[in-house]
Amino acid sequence: MDIRVQAEPFDLGREASAFAARQKGMGAIVTFTGIVRDVAGGLDRMEIEHYPGMTERALREIAQEARTRWGLGDVLVLHRHGAMAPDEMIMMVATAAPHRKAAFEAAEFLMDYLKSRAPFWKKEHGRDGADWVAAKDEDEAALDRWTK
Amino acid sequence: MDVLYFAWVRERVGLPRERVETGAATVRELVAELRAREARYDAAFADERALRVAVDQELADFDAEIAGAREVAFFPPMTGG
Repeated sequence: MDIRVQAEPFDLGREASAFAARQKGMGAIVTFTGIVRDVAGGLDRMEIEHYPGMTERALREIAQEARTRWGLGDVLVLHRHGAMAPDEMIMMVATAAPHRKAAFEAAEFLMDYLKSRAPFWKKEHGRDGADWVAAKDEDEAALDRWTK
Repeated sequence: MDVLYFAWVRERVGLPRERVETGAATVRELVAELRAREARYDAAFADERALRVAVDQELADFDAEIAGAREVAFFPPMTGG
């Protein structure tokens, strides 16, 4: 497992290639990338705060659970903190599994859990000031399907 | 114990962390002690449903026991990803 929380930008192609090169006997790799989106218009920058120590622990637990549940070969979770401009990459996950269904499902599970269980908070700075992004009920509801 | 605040909770309280000497048995009792201190704490903790808590870096609820805990953190619902 490769769990990283960092301020620096990352190279999606390089990360995906390096992840793929480490896999042996896997039939499928799924990667997901989150990007800063200017939803309302006028976004100057996105600031991401996290809880050092707990963040890494929470991501590791979520990744370990995905790995066990879907029999994954490997998991990568990379999440940035600090200030980011619109269209910058915030984070990525990658899953490797013998078959594509497990790789896709595990990636979705990781994203659903990460959004509501890993201690990150987004603040949008724009022309109208700065505001913390509110959690969405649908993100919390998205966890339900994994608990059945 | 160390009490940590993140995101708008940190901004309302006005500091990221502090050392608190407390005899509180649960998170809820600790919150009541903090709220009784000053208006800024009262404002930060006014709506329990808008808050999440971690005890020693594990998500917990307001009934969680905190005797012996090293670190209690308060923050709004997470918005990563």
